[in-house]
Amino acid sequence: MSEEVLVEEKTELEKRFPDIVRDDRGGYEGYIVPADKLIEFAVSLRDQYGYDFLSSVTGVDYLPDDKMEVVYHVYQSTGGPGLVYKVQVPREDPVVPSLTPEFPGAELQEREAWDLVGIRFEGHPNHKRVLTWEGFEGHPLRKDWQEPFFEEDAKPFKSRWPGGDIIRAEDSNPFNKNVAYPKDFDPGEWQAREDAVVYENVGRIDHVVSETAIATDQIVVNLGPQHPSTHGVFRMVARLEGETVVDLEPVMGYLHRNHEKIGERNTFLMNIPFTDRLDYFNSMSNNFGYVLAVEKLMGTKPPERAEYIRVMMAELTRIVNHLAAIGFLLNDLGAFFTPLLYAFEEREMILDIFEAVSGSRMMCNYYRFAGVARDLPEGVFEKVKSFVHDRLPRKIDDLDTFLTNNEIIRARTMGIGVLTAEDAISHSAVGPLLRASGVPYDVRRADPYGIYDRFDFDVPVRYHGDIYDRYLLRLDEIRQSIRILEQVIRDIPEGPIQEGKPQYQVRVPAGEAYGRVEGPKGELGFYVVSNGKPNPWRYHVRAPSFINLTPLGVMCKNYKIADVVSILGSIDIVLGETDR
Amino acid sequence: MTEDLNSTQYDIPPEMEGQVAITTLDKVYNWSRRNSIWPMMFGLACCGIEMICAATSRFDFSRFGMEVMRPSPRQTDLMIVSGTVTKKMIPQIVRLYNQMPEPKYVLAMGACASGGGPFKEGYSVVDGIDKFVPVDVYVPGCPPTPQALLHGLITLQKKIDHQSIKNVRWYSKEQLDPIPVPVLGPDLMDPREYEMIKEHSAEKPVGSQEEPEVEKV
Repeated sequence: MSEEVLVEEKTELEKRFPDIVRDDRGGYEGYIVPADKLIEFAVSLRDQYGYDFLSSVTGVDYLPDDKMEVVYHVYQSTGGPGLVYKVQVPREDPVVPSLTPEFPGAELQEREAWDLVGIRFEGHPNHKRVLTWEGFEGHPLRKDWQEPFFEEDAKPFKSRWPGGDIIRAEDSNPFNKNVAYPKDFDPGEWQAREDAVVYENVGRIDHVVSETAIATDQIVVNLGPQHPSTHGVFRMVARLEGETVVDLEPVMGYLHRNHEKIGERNTFLMNIPFTDRLDYFNSMSNNFGYVLAVEKLMGTKPPERAEYIRVMMAELTRIVNHLAAIGFLLNDLGAFFTPLLYAFEEREMILDIFEAVSGSRMMCNYYRFAGVARDLPEGVFEKVKSFVHDRLPRKIDDLDTFLTNNEIIRARTMGIGVLTAEDAISHSAVGPLLRASGVPYDVRRADPYGIYDRFDFDVPVRYHGDIYDRYLLRLDEIRQSIRILEQVIRDIPEGPIQEGKPQYQVRVPAGEAYGRVEGPKGELGFYVVSNGKPNPWRYHVRAPSFINLTPLGVMCKNYKIADVVSILGSIDIVLGETDR
Repeated sequence: MTEDLNSTQYDIPPEMEGQVAITTLDKVYNWSRRNSIWPMMFGLACCGIEMICAATSRFDFSRFGMEVMRPSPRQTDLMIVSGTVTKKMIPQIVRLYNQMPEPKYVLAMGACASGGGPFKEGYSVVDGIDKFVPVDVYVPGCPPTPQALLHGLITLQKKIDHQSIKNVRWYSKEQLDPIPVPVLGPDLMDPREYEMIKEHSAEKPVGSQEEPEVEKV
């Protein structure tokens, strides 16, 4: 889509909605929509302009201006650049109409905004906390909320730099622990509500009496957070009729590590190693998304060689992730550990490459603003070359041969966990989940970043939307990644790997930016607001693992409880990213 | 004392050498225990992946008799706390620990489990699992490499070698009380500290609701 069309469309939009205004703060973009016109505006954008994919919803606390803002990023599922619109509400009583009834994909994100920023969404069908627990005191991402170990508003803390003294945070806390309580609080009178609230929504026990069948009670089953199938500390609450799932709700937050609060205290550079720990299978592509967002703000670009190295690492990490995803899926299907052993064998080969370039197997911390941390050490390029050309294609074919036509796998996955294309788009599903449902949407193609527009590759797409197609799609994607890697190996130039000289403190102008990459799990977005200081004012992660859980209930409904485990496996979530 | 434990202090007559072995009960007991440690199969965060790596073919901790990972705490000897422990998760971890049968061990894997790690300052992170359950071995690293985990497991085996049934806690006459499960209140509450919480919050609110420093965007 060309610039002119966009401008024209925008004016048309403005004509159509006289109430909306352009966001004219320096470095900002998009429209500010009055709260009462929000639903109308969003729906007509979707129905008349094709912005049907609500990618990200997040809240920002503008404490000095005494207002809260909800930021929406929407895209067309056919591709092209996106549109940003915002709603501003006063800080005292922030209420915004909920988009969930129209865009089910907003459900978890609005709950997150309520939980962390404290913006209430009127009309939300399931309005409760998601990452912290019910009863938690305060909304942590508000700028005037301080954690128990609060030291200063921004890093580096004065006590440690340049003085170099170490303050043990425990020493200043009366409990010697990371806790704080409101005034006049009596723990003896506390009533824990968390579990009751979880079961409330899913757990209404209806007596369904059928005339022909034996009368049965519906039962509520809790899976997790410690459960061998849940890929970490994830919890599901299911309501069952016999063995069939009637309703299912994901419960998360068991690995909520305050990524965003810590990120707003950190300087921009300090956040890169934290992004590693989001989706700990794919630290390289997490880095990629974050540096893209900050580079957008800074207006810099990495040199040619660094661009190629970035693509090389991002594609290798995609292979790692998809191999592991297939391995774990097979685990969930009952082929315990053997397929995973094969997958991890290849993963180790790639981790060796990562360790050689970055010094760490998993937490690579390799990308920098306008470059990468180091050039490829001697011998690594040859290693990548022989791995990509000689070993990997053979191993992928092996996996394919052993698994794809296996009778048990086919019986347990075909036609199970079906997600239709319409549901996938409306629930904001991304990545392999979306493409296996027949929507050929890949950020690398739809809205190219880096140098992805130079490579010749296909966006694999499958149409049944079941577990089997998601498995096949991941195999397809590995093959496409190999294709991209072959081109990278062929074309990679010599040259510098960093624009300018490496800096510890980057100067980031005020403004906002949304950087998104097609991570192995789907669209990974970073929304960064800078106010010109060394620390971001707002730092939000649009996590594909988190938002891909929105359609979990839809996908599991009317299947057996045993299938829930494999459906979850086929979404491929990582809890570090889900809960952040 | 530990030297006694591992030597019999009896001389074997030369004609019986090669036919008779004399050892201590402790040694046999510990030998069988150290080589059949069953870890609990649960990964919390990033370290969990390296724990899985340690089980795969390249590192393979089944060489030490540890390949049988059990999802049920009732069948496990070792809890590998592999990753960041959050306030929302700690009640479950304490409950799992209480459900494990004696003898039981805890290995804190990685910086987060040992002391909060990079996320220590965060509002929902427990700054070290040892605030709630007793830890036997700490493995540093973020995440520790599988080799480091293997070293930690070998260290645990050494610890087991040095225990004696005369004074281990699970054969003592005293009643072993379960650890009280923390409660999720406005913040995490340890039932052992209720009095202290009440006292302190009556005096002065801690942390969250203090004077904010207003900055201009």
